[in-house]
Amino acid sequence: MNVPADLRYAKTHEWIRTEGDTITVGITDHAQAELTDIVYAEPPKVGAEVKAGATAAVVESVKAASDIYSPLSGTVTEVNAELAANPALLNTDPFGQGWIYKMRASNAAEVDALLTPEAYTAQIS
Amino acid sequence: MSDPATLKHSPLESAHIACSARMVEFGGWFMPVQYSGIMDEHRAVRSASGMFDISHMGEVTVSGPGALAWLESLLTNRVGKLAVTRGQYTLMLDEKGGVIDDLIIYRSGESEYFLVINAACREIDLEWMRSHLPKDGSVQLMDLGNDYAAIALQGPDSERVLCQLFPGCNVPKRNGIAPLAGGWEGVPSLVARTGYTGEDGFELFVPVADGVSLWNKLVAAGVKPCGLGSRDTLRLEMGYPLNGSDLSRDRTPLEAGLGKFVSLDDPEKGDFSGRVALVAQRSAGLPSLLTPFKLTVQGPPLRSHYAVLSEGKVVGETCSGALSPSLGEGVAMAYLPPTLSTPGTQLEIEVRGRHYAATVSALPFYKKPAL
Repeated sequence: MNVPADLRYAKTHEWIRTEGDTITVGITDHAQAELTDIVYAEPPKVGAEVKAGATAAVVESVKAASDIYSPLSGTVTEVNAELAANPALLNTDPFGQGWIYKMRASNAAEVDALLTPEAYTAQIS
Repeated sequence: MSDPATLKHSPLESAHIACSARMVEFGGWFMPVQYSGIMDEHRAVRSASGMFDISHMGEVTVSGPGALAWLESLLTNRVGKLAVTRGQYTLMLDEKGGVIDDLIIYRSGESEYFLVINAACREIDLEWMRSHLPKDGSVQLMDLGNDYAAIALQGPDSERVLCQLFPGCNVPKRNGIAPLAGGWEGVPSLVARTGYTGEDGFELFVPVADGVSLWNKLVAAGVKPCGLGSRDTLRLEMGYPLNGSDLSRDRTPLEAGLGKFVSLDDPEKGDFSGRVALVAQRSAGLPSLLTPFKLTVQGPPLRSHYAVLSEGKVVGETCSGALSPSLGEGVAMAYLPPTLSTPGTQLEIEVRGRHYAATVSALPFYKKPAL
């Protein structure tokens, strides 16, 4: 399983990428493999307040709907519009084109509670 | 999850693990939900061939001089119509007309019948049947559920594969059954031309000890292993009901749109369990009808237990629902007032607080393209 070294991870299989004060959120390679064929994604709305550990998005495979939990608290600044037409990007490129939303974090200290790549790799192996 | 200690295991489990199946609990059984992916498996069955482990289903034989009369009193369809080697879809109802189970019955001999019942109701069915047996010993009931491994081979290539693996075997016609090799004695290997996918196909019943080797032969012949996930999308595209989702003790087969499998007025059949209640329901008017519909806007896959609305008012909830892999559309069924069941009727489906437009359609959802 691919676990990029430059990201931080939630126990619930989301990742964050930090670029300046923009945080990008997606699901991990492990998560997409577990979910299988993803056929629908419902990202949050731009401007929505998200809370660390609370449901922020939903992705659905043929078989099941799965909640996606926000790794951090803050405000959604952008959502991936490509996912509406091509939800399979979550399967094929979960760390790239399959990103779900971008946000501005309200409490930078929450990052410290997230897993390092090593800790997340240990969790899924 | 039920207690892992009581979870029942298929005789083919080792073969599923070898095929990298994802296993889940279903009806008290530990069964494969998918291997290569639901979409991929679904397409294989529609275009070539796929196979499903159906060992969790139950097999029951009924025989004796009183067998026919007793089965007529137990089941909704007219058993007396069956010639030897022919089968039919039928239902077993309680006194109120509620569905205990839907099943296939084959006439395997002059006074011998082979019944295939659903996994989740094996015990309930058998208990019901045993408690209704005539006291005079004229009917013998045998539960062969633990003696058989069963595999459904489904898809347009099924007949070619069957003939390749069993050269010279007796290939039954649609809804027929035949010995796969040898005769009818003991726990005979059987092949029935049926399935629940809308494609041509066969259900193969072999003694438990022969199950894994049959599975492996089918894999070697290029048949794609398929799980419960694609079995569900395939049957829903045809509008076939699933007991536990679309059928229950709270609904009658008339409400489920299965009237053609219910011989209410056949004097040669006579009375059967649930008949009086169905006749009363027919004259009073049906309170609901199992109604198929499709989403008409882009939206999430439909699933069970979503609210169905008409003009802003909740009128029912979805039973079965899925994203149809063949159509790329959301399809579902719900028990609705009969006035809302006409094709073209506009509905709305509520998913996580949002409403999505849907239209009542006709069955099957999926029609095979003309050749």
